[in-house]
Formats: sequence, C-alpha cells, structure tokens
Amino acid sequence: MTRFTLSRRTFLTGATLASTASLTGCFDGLGDRDSHVRNVLEMANSVTYRVQRTLLGNTDLAREYSESEIRQPQRPNGTTDPTDDDYLTLASGHFAGYRLTIGGLVEKPQSFSLDEIRAMPSRTQITRHDCVEGWSCIAKWTGVQLFRLLDQAQVKPAARYAVFACFDTMEQGLDGPIKYYESIDLMDAHHPQTILAYGLNDRALPVSNGAPLRVRVERQLGYKMAKYIKSITLVNDFASYGYGNGGYWEDNGYDWFAGI
Amino acid sequence: MTTIAGVDTPTDEVSQKRGRLIYRQKLATRLTHWIWAISLFFLLLSGLQIFMARPDLYIGKQSGFGFDNAILRIDARKVGNEIQGVTTIFGTSVDTTGWLGLVPEDGSMTAKTFPGWLTVPSYRDLATGRVVHFFFAWVLVTTLTAWLIASIVNGHIRELIPTVSDLKGLPRDIVDHLRLRFHHDGRYNGLQKLSYVGVLFVALPVMILTGLTMSPGMDALFPVLLDIFGGRQTARTIHFAVMLALVLFFVVHILMVVLAGPLNELRAIVTGWYRTSSAKRS
Repeated sequence: MTRFTLSRRTFLTGATLASTASLTGCFDGLGDRDSHVRNVLEMANSVTYRVQRTLLGNTDLAREYSESEIRQPQRPNGTTDPTDDDYLTLASGHFAGYRLTIGGLVEKPQSFSLDEIRAMPSRTQITRHDCVEGWSCIAKWTGVQLFRLLDQAQVKPAARYAVFACFDTMEQGLDGPIKYYESIDLMDAHHPQTILAYGLNDRALPVSNGAPLRVRVERQLGYKMAKYIKSITLVNDFASYGYGNGGYWEDNGYDWFAGI
Repeated sequence: MTTIAGVDTPTDEVSQKRGRLIYRQKLATRLTHWIWAISLFFLLLSGLQIFMARPDLYIGKQSGFGFDNAILRIDARKVGNEIQGVTTIFGTSVDTTGWLGLVPEDGSMTAKTFPGWLTVPSYRDLATGRVVHFFFAWVLVTTLTAWLIASIVNGHIRELIPTVSDLKGLPRDIVDHLRLRFHHDGRYNGLQKLSYVGVLFVALPVMILTGLTMSPGMDALFPVLLDIFGGRQTARTIHFAVMLALVLFFVVHILMVVLAGPLNELRAIVTGWYRTSSAKRS
C-alpha cells in the first residue's frame, strides 16, 4: 500500500495553484477601452452578431406572454425624468407640439405628429424586457411598427442602420451636453415586433418609461431600446455619432450588439 | 521506508518497484484541458462581475419588483447605526460583512457584492465583464466541440463513459478515496469517470444552455429554452448554481491532484506521460 504524506513541496504546489485567483487585479487593464487585448476580446461580439443574424430570420419572434404575466409596473431605468428644456416644453403641452422626424438616407423625409402615429395601424405585444444588469420585467407595449414609418420614408439601398436621437442628456461633455442615442441594423428596424411604443400596460406611455415614444427591439437588451425619441436617421455608418460606437452605452464600453 | 507520493526517490529498491511510464493523455486532451482551465477562470471572475450589476437571483420568467420571487440577495443594509453586508438565502439573512455585500476596498469598507479579487476587472465594470465573459464563452464552446470530435476519433471518450462494473465498484471507490488510497493503473476509476462525465456532459452543457436562455436573441430562435429552464430568471439562477458546482469540482479536482501525487499528475496533463504505480497493490 502506498502512503501519502503531504510534503512541503506538495503543499506549495497546491497553494500556488489555489492562489491564482488573487492575481486578478492584474487583469484590470482589460477595463481600458483602448487596450489592444480588449479590442481582440470585443471581436467576440461581432461573431455573436453574425451568428445570430445568420440563424435568426425576420419571422423569429420574441416570446409574447399572456395578460396574467403582467404582475408589476414596468421598471423604469436609465433616465426617468429628463430636464432638457425642449423636452419639458413638449411634455407640459402633453406632446401636442411633438414631431418625430425621419431623415438621412431616405427618399422622402418624414415628420409625424403623435396623433398621426396613433392613427396608424398599431401593434400590441406583451413581452419581457431584459436589462443588461440581469433583471427582466414583463409588460404590454402598444405602438406603431417601425417598418410602416420607414416604408413611407422609403429607405435608400445604401442605408444600413437606423440611429435614434433622444431628448435626454446623460452627461455634460466638453462640447456641450451628451444626449442618449442608439442604433440598430435594418433587420431589427424592419422586424414585426420593433415598434415605436406610445402605450404601456393599456395607458399612455409615462415619462419615466420614455414618453412620447420609445422603441422596442424585443430581441435585444434594454439599452438598445431608446426612450424619449426625437428623430430617426437612416445612415450607412454611425461613426460620426457620439464617439462612433453606435450608442451612448456603446461609447462607454458596452457591446453594440445586445442580442446576448 | 516512507514513499512520498509523486516524488520518486531514486533508490534502486524503489526504481525497481516503480511502474512503467505510459503515454496517458493525448495532445488534444492536454491542450483542451488547459484552454478550459484558462477559459473557466475568466468566465468565473467575469461572471461574478456581471452578477454584481444585479446581485439577486429569482425564480420565474421575470424579476419581482412588485412581488417577491427572489431566492438570493446580496446587499448592504443599515443595521442600527452601522452598515452590514447581508446575504439573504431563501428568506434567511446572514451577516457577511467583509466577504459579501460590504467588502474591504482601498482600506475602507465599501458597499459592493464581491471583493475585488473575485472579479474581472477588480472594480465595478459591467461592460468589461460582458466583453470578457462572451469572449471566453466562445472559446469554451469551440474547445468543447473540438474536444468532443477529437475524443470520439481517438477513443478518449470510451475511457470516460462509466461501465456497469464501474458503477458496481463505486462503493469501493468511495471508500478508497476517503482513505486516500489511490490506484495509479493508468485508467479512470468509477468516481473519476462520473465526475468528468458530469462536468463535460452535464454541467458545461447546462451552463451554455442557461447562458443562451439569458440571450433575448436566442430566446426568439429557440423559445423552448425558456420552457426547459422555467423562464429567463430561473435560467439565470441555474447558471449561478451550476457555477458553484463547477467551483466545487475545481476544489476537489485540485485536492485529488495534490493528494494523488501532483508531479506525476501534472506531468501527465502537460507532457502526456504518466507513471503507473507498481503492480503490487494491497
């Protein structure tokens, strides 16, 4: 029979292996948005994007739930009460003076009042909102499908993305206020569940959830679903917006594709 | 004389008793082992970073804000005049100050789920946590696939599947392990087979599938994932629980390596060569 004695050398080997976890401060460099290693790791997001775009057709819908699954108010997150002057003026008039503009790479730039949008065919969907933080919340959203507006504007073939400009200021930058913005590809923009919502749980969309219009992109995470939408611009490339990463949170290091 | 496990004492008597060197681990096995080791290390620490953004676990389709479906919550609370780190599991609250919820950071106590050494990066940074997590998730999935193909081709997979006699021998294996009596015959025993099969064919696939269930895109492609795992938030909870199981596996795995002779075991998983013990066994 073999006897086992824990020699000093044996112990040190084990201890060395066990202590690797305390080295983790060494990986803080990955937090540097410009580090080369991080840029390599970020390529995984492009792979995820391509794979999901290959697998997911435009008819693949996010699950829709029954009324009984609406068990709580939709949790507001991010900006919940914009203090921007132009927004406050519109809000005080119940958004009667609000107009959504659609421009950029389109044949016929459009401008819609809220009443015009409400008069269009609507879609109501009870879906699960997944926040990048990890929580989920089920609510009923009512709005106009974005493709209906895009069809009226007639998107040019060169367009690849829809960029949402928003009213809410996230922070003060050197060149003035930095406002929320987001971008999605045209596949998501044309998806049947991608709506500009003006209703939440059978009531008008409240300010805390993005009044007068917030986009629902049901196959991505919450930060893609811009609130307080001011205008939509069709572009070939979003490099000229913000820091060029396609959204406010993307400019802060979050992945552009948030289908995961 | 006393034999120190894994350290070959170069006396004539012992060298005669030593078993043969055998080529135990093929290159594909060794390579994938170390890629997994690195991947799981980063997946764990970046996963804990991601968890910090919402340090609660729920059962069901959604997270209860207007109702309570949380089974785990880690937070900092004011108790009397002082702040405490509190971990609540199934309604029972435990003071975890210093470890969870309220942790030492830069010399003072900070309200934060995990201490810096448990996360990548060590400070709060969800965006980077996600970038690191998804990179190594792809590495893990790719390596698992490559390993599966290589192991089917080179026969490694047959060594891992428990046989009927392995299962019959389990009670003896358990007794042998508890007595720290290991057989170095170059084959896996029943307990080893069960734990490796459990990790490779149960735990890691469940990790991958529950991870994908958290993806709103994959849920649209495979809505059945939501039904299999009982909703996105239950999937997240399972993802966390299986993570704990994998950490437990790691601890036992390292313990076994250390107890069974770390140099011989490490040589096998680095170079492939493993020295069996002499045929003489009690």
